[in-house]
Amino acid sequence: MTESLPLNLPIDLTVNGERISATVPARQHLIDFLRETLSLTGSHIGCEHGVCGACSIRVNGAVVRGCLTLAVQCDGASVDTIEGLSDSGAIADLQSAFHERNALQCGFCTPGMLATGYDIVRRLPDADEARIRRELSGNICRCTGYHAIVDAIETVAAKRGAGA
Amino acid sequence: MSLSILDRPNSYIGRTVPRPNAKKLVQGRGTYVDDIKLPRMVHVAFVRSPYAHARILAIRSDAAQAAPGVVRIVTGAEMAAVCTPWVGVLGHMKGLKSAPQYALAVDRACWQGEAVVAVVAHSRAEAEDAAQLVEIDWEELFVVADMETALDPETPVIHPELGDNLAFRRELDVGDVEKGFAAADAIVEETYITGRHTGVCLEARSILADYQPADEQLVVYHSTQAPHMMQTIFAKHLDLPETNVRVICKDVGGAFGIKVHTYPDEMATVALAKMLRRPVKFIADRMESFVTDIHARDHRVKARMAVSKEGRILAIEADDRTGIGPYSVYPRTSAIEANQVVNLIGGPYTNQNYRCTANVVFQNKNVMCQYRAVGHPIACAVTEGLVDKAARAIGMDPAEFRRRNLIADDAYPYKAPTGMVYEGLSHHKSLDKLLELMQYDRLRAEQAALREKGIHRGIGLAAFIEVTNPSAMFYGVGGARISAQDGCTIRLDPTGVITVSIGVTEQGQGTEAIMAQIAASSVGVPMDKVRLITGDTEVTPYGGGTWASRGAGIGGEATLQAGRALRENILSVAGTMLQAAPQTLDIRAGIIVDADTGAERMKLEELGRVAYFRPDTLPRDCQPELMVTRHYVQKDYAFVFTNGLQASYLEVDTETGFVTLLDHWVVEDCGTIINPQLVDEQIRGGVVQGLGGALFEECLYSADGQMLNANMADYLVPMASEMPDIAIAHVVTPTQTSELGAKGVGEAGTAGAPAAVMNAINDALSPFGASVAAQPFTPERVLRALGKIR
Ligand code: FES
Ligand code: FES
Repeated sequence: MTESLPLNLPIDLTVNGERISATVPARQHLIDFLRETLSLTGSHIGCEHGVCGACSIRVNGAVVRGCLTLAVQCDGASVDTIEGLSDSGAIADLQSAFHERNALQCGFCTPGMLATGYDIVRRLPDADEARIRRELSGNICRCTGYHAIVDAIETVAAKRGAGA
Repeated sequence: MSLSILDRPNSYIGRTVPRPNAKKLVQGRGTYVDDIKLPRMVHVAFVRSPYAHARILAIRSDAAQAAPGVVRIVTGAEMAAVCTPWVGVLGHMKGLKSAPQYALAVDRACWQGEAVVAVVAHSRAEAEDAAQLVEIDWEELFVVADMETALDPETPVIHPELGDNLAFRRELDVGDVEKGFAAADAIVEETYITGRHTGVCLEARSILADYQPADEQLVVYHSTQAPHMMQTIFAKHLDLPETNVRVICKDVGGAFGIKVHTYPDEMATVALAKMLRRPVKFIADRMESFVTDIHARDHRVKARMAVSKEGRILAIEADDRTGIGPYSVYPRTSAIEANQVVNLIGGPYTNQNYRCTANVVFQNKNVMCQYRAVGHPIACAVTEGLVDKAARAIGMDPAEFRRRNLIADDAYPYKAPTGMVYEGLSHHKSLDKLLELMQYDRLRAEQAALREKGIHRGIGLAAFIEVTNPSAMFYGVGGARISAQDGCTIRLDPTGVITVSIGVTEQGQGTEAIMAQIAASSVGVPMDKVRLITGDTEVTPYGGGTWASRGAGIGGEATLQAGRALRENILSVAGTMLQAAPQTLDIRAGIIVDADTGAERMKLEELGRVAYFRPDTLPRDCQPELMVTRHYVQKDYAFVFTNGLQASYLEVDTETGFVTLLDHWVVEDCGTIINPQLVDEQIRGGVVQGLGGALFEECLYSADGQMLNANMADYLVPMASEMPDIAIAHVVTPTQTSELGAKGVGEAGTAGAPAAVMNAINDALSPFGASVAAQPFTPERVLRALGKIR
């Protein structure tokens, strides 16, 4: 047998602006590290195989699947979860649009939807309904039928676009 | 007599008010079961049967027991000593039979995915690692997979003690079906298949049980729709006094009927907490969800319809076959969906000659039970499919054909051939509204013009009725301890805030919001002065929970009546304090006012202050009763039916078989609308679940009972990019069974969507003489229908 890799590895990263040092199992996924170790339970687990988008998290400004990303990969990274995005006010407009438009029912997909939605309104302020629907194709919502989510994101994209 | 709540000043009924409890959810600060950690908590993973039917010869768990983090390994025999088995039958489902089902398989497993061994460890990861080390010697047994042959004499019997593989049969023969067919100008027939699908709640089934041996208290945090029902079940099968069991249900990540049943792995988790005397958590992963969450549908209905050339339905005959897995699910049973199919076929129409047989059989697949819109989409597809076929056969426009057969709006109460009585429906008003909403004539013209260009679009209509506000006839009369009534308690706090606690539960549909709206309106306080408590058996009045579209209609009426009673009590105290007759006073926007002029007399918090802290200043015989409870059960009908129609506009690519949904419309009559936005979003969500079943979703099984697509990549659910916008309009026929007048709406979308899509596809395919009748309508099936592949 070849020499085995260490089972636990140290990482240093920034989570929601806070510096974190931890030793993590090499096989631990980012979503489990956030939820179990840091008790940041706002990001959810819907499938653990990269399909549903409930675990969508911002890592270094890009949306990733927390269930497909290893915690050790995030050594040195800056991670933003729904808790951080809420407290910083970065997505306050999206959150209130979701609330107003009832773009959530059970709320389980919502943190992931907001992470993707935030990405859409920043990248594609001119996105129309069809484009938003395409962009959302990595996030499953089982409750709403999507219509309200698309409306909410479209409203915010338009407002942000006009304000820019 | 005071004003009805609907006309009270500042009423919130009928207003779109954002859900107060949604704010925490948009911040990711909800509390789903997996978010809860308790001291000394351990996790369980299950070793599940890899076979559809196999005998357990030996279980070796030494290696697993020695694995890191393992606390305890429990087999079926050990588990059976702690948790007694159950049998999913109901007294009023005559002839329904099933076998005892155990929390963990004892001698044999009867479906792939059945839990066999529980492995408890300090983390879920460790439990899963150890579960892989458990070795089981299996002896494979025969597999009954195909429901069509399950009753054949040569097919072995899964539970020999039951005599055969028949779980339940219902036969109905009303009017003169033979005469109807004999008089027909045209007879149409088809075999309609609804695929086996499942709920795919984004939050998988989740449970955390905490047992305190000192005082025998069991607290279960459960992602469930029916906390009180589960309290009874946990107590009964774990031999605990019911009062010692508390079920707490915080946020639930989608339920749709999936989370209202008894699941063996959940029962095992609770039993483990009792055995280990510490908290045990079980969160199903997605793969185990697919093979253990109840499945639904999987019906094959062979049906025919007789019509006259004037477009009258003369008779309907149907034969339904469904396979429910190896057990009838406890306590609601797995006979209900077939029973509903029998009850609902032909439902919107005047035809009185109706014959239907349903056979419910056992098989070695995952169990089936009630999922959103139980039976409705099946019956609706059969009925509406036949209606379109019949209209085509006699050359009549399908909208006109429906107009000639839908029960007249002034014919109520109306008794259907099934014996069901409809209180008050609005099919014709709804049809008119739908045709206007979708611009039916313009659409038909567009369709014809595009057809010239080789673009094949279809328009599909579907009328439906929906079972809501159930009475005790649904479950209670059959002996199940499932409550048809619900209670609401409202308390005026010293600060002038009202605290409302209620037995119906929230899974995202907006239960808490509409109860707050009703309570605010009924008492007379602003929405921000209402606090809601749901989902805790120790705190809320006893109730049934949320299923069969009962939350608004049953829970809402209890809330209305509790609010009214509290208002009367408050006004009685206010009358004493103000030296005024109570009936001359009212509560508006949290202030006690002069009923006539609206002039302020006293703030509620002032009344609260005096009542709670200075009662010495009140007369001796004035005892403020500032907390009241009222209960409500619907007793007038078995169910309060609702009605509506849906329409689909879509394009079929005849080269690839792909179906593109372009538009979808719904007209629905759920009586009084409490919150228009929430109603519409319930409908939209329901429609999309129906569309999922129509186009994508199917639990695929091999001939030896293996589920082939038990993951989210292979089991397709609707995504944003494939779904259309959904336009909605309403007709409002309040139910007279309650003061509120609200009926249910949660299942209407799912009920009618598949039929509308099927009819639209077949409309598009009609120039080719092709049609589809087996859901999901995959590209492959469309191409087969077109004869492009074989
Ligand atoms: S949990 Fe990561 S994509 Fe589903
Ligand atoms: S709101 Fe429930 S999954 Fe999206």
